[in-house]
Amino acid sequence: MMDELHYPIDSKLLLRKKAKIKKQLLEQEGLIEKRIAVLGGSTTNEVVDQLELFLLDYGIKPEFYQSEYAQYWQDAVFGTEELDAFKPDVIYIHTGWRNITAFPNTSDDKQTVDSLLDEQYNHFLTMWEKIAERYGCPVIQNNFDRPSYRLLGNSDVSDYRGRTNFISRLNQLFYQYAQTHSGFYINDIDYLAACYGLDAWSNPLFWNMYKYSLCLDAIPLLSKSVADIIKSIYGKNKKVLVLDLDNTLWGGVVGDSGVEGIQIGPEVPMGQVYSEFQEYVKALKSIGVLLAVNSKNDEENALAGLNHPNGALKPDDFVSIKANWDNKDRNMLQIAQELNLGVDSFVFADDNPAEREIIKHSGLGVSVPEMNRVENYIRVLDHGGYFEVTSLSSDDLARVKMYQANQQRTRLEQSVGNYEDFLKSLNMKAVIRPFEPIYMQRIAQLTNKSNQFNLTTLRCSEGDIQHMAESPDYLCLYGKLEDKFGDNGVVSVISGERKGNELHMRLWLMSCRVLKRGMEDAMLDSLVSDAAALGITDIIGYYYPTPKNNMVREFYSRMGFEKTEEDADGNTVWRLSTADYKPKNPAIEITR
Amino acid sequence: MERAEIFEKLNEVFRDVFDDESITVGEDTTAKDVEGWDSLRHITLLAAIEDEFDIEFSMGQTVSMKNVGEMVDFIQEEL
Repeated sequence: MMDELHYPIDSKLLLRKKAKIKKQLLEQEGLIEKRIAVLGGSTTNEVVDQLELFLLDYGIKPEFYQSEYAQYWQDAVFGTEELDAFKPDVIYIHTGWRNITAFPNTSDDKQTVDSLLDEQYNHFLTMWEKIAERYGCPVIQNNFDRPSYRLLGNSDVSDYRGRTNFISRLNQLFYQYAQTHSGFYINDIDYLAACYGLDAWSNPLFWNMYKYSLCLDAIPLLSKSVADIIKSIYGKNKKVLVLDLDNTLWGGVVGDSGVEGIQIGPEVPMGQVYSEFQEYVKALKSIGVLLAVNSKNDEENALAGLNHPNGALKPDDFVSIKANWDNKDRNMLQIAQELNLGVDSFVFADDNPAEREIIKHSGLGVSVPEMNRVENYIRVLDHGGYFEVTSLSSDDLARVKMYQANQQRTRLEQSVGNYEDFLKSLNMKAVIRPFEPIYMQRIAQLTNKSNQFNLTTLRCSEGDIQHMAESPDYLCLYGKLEDKFGDNGVVSVISGERKGNELHMRLWLMSCRVLKRGMEDAMLDSLVSDAAALGITDIIGYYYPTPKNNMVREFYSRMGFEKTEEDADGNTVWRLSTADYKPKNPAIEITR
Repeated sequence: MERAEIFEKLNEVFRDVFDDESITVGEDTTAKDVEGWDSLRHITLLAAIEDEFDIEFSMGQTVSMKNVGEMVDFIQEEL
């Protein structure tokens, strides 16, 4: 992870040294490859160069297709041989207000402007529909920035003949489309331009000289925004915010001044600013971010601070609280282990630069934003794009509850001596069925988010999942698991392609939060019984190693498969005969 | 700023932008003399020069630069 690619990004350096930075980023291991088509209504070269840096930093190695200058619409609507052959994983449409071909005239009546709006919207709508039909991949579409001048002055925004008004109405139509079409994402350049400063953003020199729709220095900001969306689509969002306490969640040191002495609450400015931050952090929970504490404190003092009546955050809001005198990198690893999550999905917020440095250089891959002034904490986390929301599935919203239920399970496990008895006492119930439309989004999300218990690491869009579900050549199953502590939602996905009497497994994954509960046994039991009913004699399993999925290297062996092939890279192929299979019947009540 | 000093700083910028430590530019250097100096890289180059000297070229200057010598003239005008 490179500092210059994280908020506050150093645009000048990124532009000047991009060649060198790219070389360094390419040295990383375990990059996933994605094909990104950038269809521009203006010059896109620098946009692509910068996008490449940000994606590499997120562990994604992009290959690009760029439309010829301003050919975005033609490419999308009519296709090109090159674009068809390229088979984009993602299409990014880089347009701005200069791509609106007609604006209202001051002499137009309301009706004329309405039909003009329809016309301009339909231009884009046609394109999106063609893309959905031809490529079926996720689409990222810029909204419109504000024009660089206002003919009607302040009335430009409120009068129906004003360009600003017209653009904001067009934007609303874009948002309505986004709300009703999954896999369609708005890149909010209207916001980016506002943050950057509209006059600087729309410096006309860059349009007139080079046909860039924004100034060069703002391009890294634009590209980061697009990269944030892409990494979020491919499950590379951060999952956990780990927080320090003293001078991070409240002012002062609770161990020194006691809980009465810390600053939190509306009475004084310093208390106010920490209150606002706590409320922001609490709101992060509502988009599925898990919270944890990693603080040098006696636990008693930490809990007293978190129970301060003025604080928005309470001990219950955290899935793990490490308040001790151990090194913070060690605590970090323990939290990761407890939650069964990769430590590289953590963001660490700490006001102390020395602690930040330690985590930064620990090699854990934890993101460490520059939290150096309390009044900027919210902005630093927000602009960092760590938790970019591209879909809010009901599972995301329930995630915090699920992890809390997990803690209750752990406690039960410790109180019941025998693991078998523990599993029985959970009263587990599973639903195992072919892919169903209401779960397509969650299934696609799981293929992109699961890293550890993932045999093939095949990343799928919703379109890919739908294709498998509808194809007679595929046998697909999802598994949903609940127990007495709560519903885990869809936690396992398997999909095999039928070739004669063999079923070749393309997808096999499970969420780590249900490890060692017998769910993998239940899935295999169901798979074998469905396969046998279709006359399939052999199930062929594939394991492709990645830096993260070592835990399932011997998975097929444990499940009774026999290894038939292994290559030098550790890729293995396994076979299971359906006729010889003995159901494992785990302690789960299964609904088919 | 002396012309020689400007050239010294310019060399650093060229080396970064073209990722080539061996570049040394002179009064008569043009795009033909530097590998990779195409119209796209030219935009990055100008932005990096503006940043280095904390100046902003006008559009008029941008369109009329013929070689590095003229670039230095404009830098001196703006400083």
